[in-house]
Amino acid sequence: MSAHANLERRRQAIYGWLLLSPAMVLLTVFAFYPSIATLWSSLFSRHTRRNPTEFVGTENYADLFADPTFWLVVKNNLLYAGITIPVSIFIALSMALWANSKISARGFVRTAYFTPTVLPMIAAANLWLFFYTPGLGVLDQIGSLFGLPSVNWLGQPETALWAIIIVTIWKEAGFFMIFYLAALQTIPEDLKEAADIEGTSRWTYTRRIVLPLLMPTTLFIAVNAMINSVKLIDHLFILTKGGPSDASKLILYYIWEMAFAFFDAPHAAAITVLVIAVLGVVAAVQFLYLDKRTHYQ
Amino acid sequence: MKSLTKFVDSFGAILLAIIWIAPLLFAFWAATHSTSDAVNLRLFSPWTLENFRVAWNGAPWVKYFFNTFMLVTVILIGQFFLTTLAGFAFAQLRFPGKEFVFILVLMQLFILPEVLIVENYAMVSRLGLFDSILGVGMPYMASAFGIFLMRQAFKGVPIELHEAARIEGCGLLGILWRVYVPLAKPTYIAYALVSVSTHWNNFLWPLIVTNSPETRPLTVGLSIFGAPENGVDISIISAATLMSVAPLLIGFLIFQRQFVQSFLRAGIK
Repeated sequence: MSAHANLERRRQAIYGWLLLSPAMVLLTVFAFYPSIATLWSSLFSRHTRRNPTEFVGTENYADLFADPTFWLVVKNNLLYAGITIPVSIFIALSMALWANSKISARGFVRTAYFTPTVLPMIAAANLWLFFYTPGLGVLDQIGSLFGLPSVNWLGQPETALWAIIIVTIWKEAGFFMIFYLAALQTIPEDLKEAADIEGTSRWTYTRRIVLPLLMPTTLFIAVNAMINSVKLIDHLFILTKGGPSDASKLILYYIWEMAFAFFDAPHAAAITVLVIAVLGVVAAVQFLYLDKRTHYQ
Repeated sequence: MKSLTKFVDSFGAILLAIIWIAPLLFAFWAATHSTSDAVNLRLFSPWTLENFRVAWNGAPWVKYFFNTFMLVTVILIGQFFLTTLAGFAFAQLRFPGKEFVFILVLMQLFILPEVLIVENYAMVSRLGLFDSILGVGMPYMASAFGIFLMRQAFKGVPIELHEAARIEGCGLLGILWRVYVPLAKPTYIAYALVSVSTHWNNFLWPLIVTNSPETRPLTVGLSIFGAPENGVDISIISAATLMSVAPLLIGFLIFQRQFVQSFLRAGIK
């Protein structure tokens, strides 16, 4: 009997590793090894014709910290995250509350909210270009009806990042709405009925009952929005290319530019390491939270 | 009072919906009118399909469509294969080191492929896959998200079915293929929709890895077509944009309900 159990255990181990191996090979090649290689290459100088690569320790990091452009990009990305995360969560929540209530044209409303989600960011940027173009764009046309002067939304440092932020919110709010919509449908009807019998106002019901029940969903969405604030940069390529004078440059775009436009891989690697470190912290928080949630179930 | 709040709600919801859909409607309007009519917002000017003709002739769209189609297909096949095997191992087999490897896989959820562009580019070049569709697709195949999703789906399969198949003399891979895979069909559909729409829309990584019209997907083609140095105007860009989003958009409008449910199923578990 024990020999049989032993055999079965060994069989499972062999099968387990065999079945895992294709995925593990690819994960190693395209995630684990590159992460370590990034850390490694961030410690070496850039290879040029005159100077071969040499070990420089943390010099690349020191360069970054001394570079005002780096801090500007970090500041931009913090603003980008700081605005897009709460605003898109708020809009997503409003959308879900509306799309879940008994209003007219509900089908149309839901479709309209969700549609931007299925468009590529590049296409979204093209659509918005039509709004932002100075003189010809829709915003300027509407403004001129009211006698407002023409504004170069994408061409001036004060507005460029905001124009980018609006496109991101437009793109992701409908996606987050879906998660709220699902969560709303799990709230039992009797809570609403009880609240009605008590004569609770709709505002109190929403604030005291609905919002607390939606808290896990909100955290889930917040983590996703945080990841998006690193990831969603495609529209920069169309709308501003990070300009004018770096006013709308975000970290991932900066990495791309550093590596593929200026061919400065070591500095790009150093920024990448910093981004991974920040994402790691987010991951840790997420795991702790997920842990907590499983205890509830 | 009650009907007033309902009216205000409907009004707000519909207003927001109109604002949300406006960029798309404007693009449609611009694409179907001449450039000078579009930029001057002449609302009652005549319709035209000329912009679509110009846009269509301006770039190898058939090739781009084909490349995007191939790309999403290759990725999906790779993902189905790899995540099925790994998900099954994590869900139903017991072996030493499983927990540790699973944590490694979960870590990949946060090390986004997007962030590792520099080293992944070096890796793809080393493997001789630069400027190939396989090179664009490969980093996404062993998706941690997919592995996690499949693990959850397989965990939900009743163990009795597994035992029954084994007693009937079915091998482990046979059980996976005949019992688990058919029962996880809704998860596969959900995953497929999410994967296809993600990679149909992906831009940064394909931009880095592709270097010729032979491999370039739609998004990269569209960005090059619309680049200012090509001097195409807003109506033609709108037409090209609509053309490239049309298949996914029409698909979405037809299968809206399934689409939304798939996103939910994939996201929440």
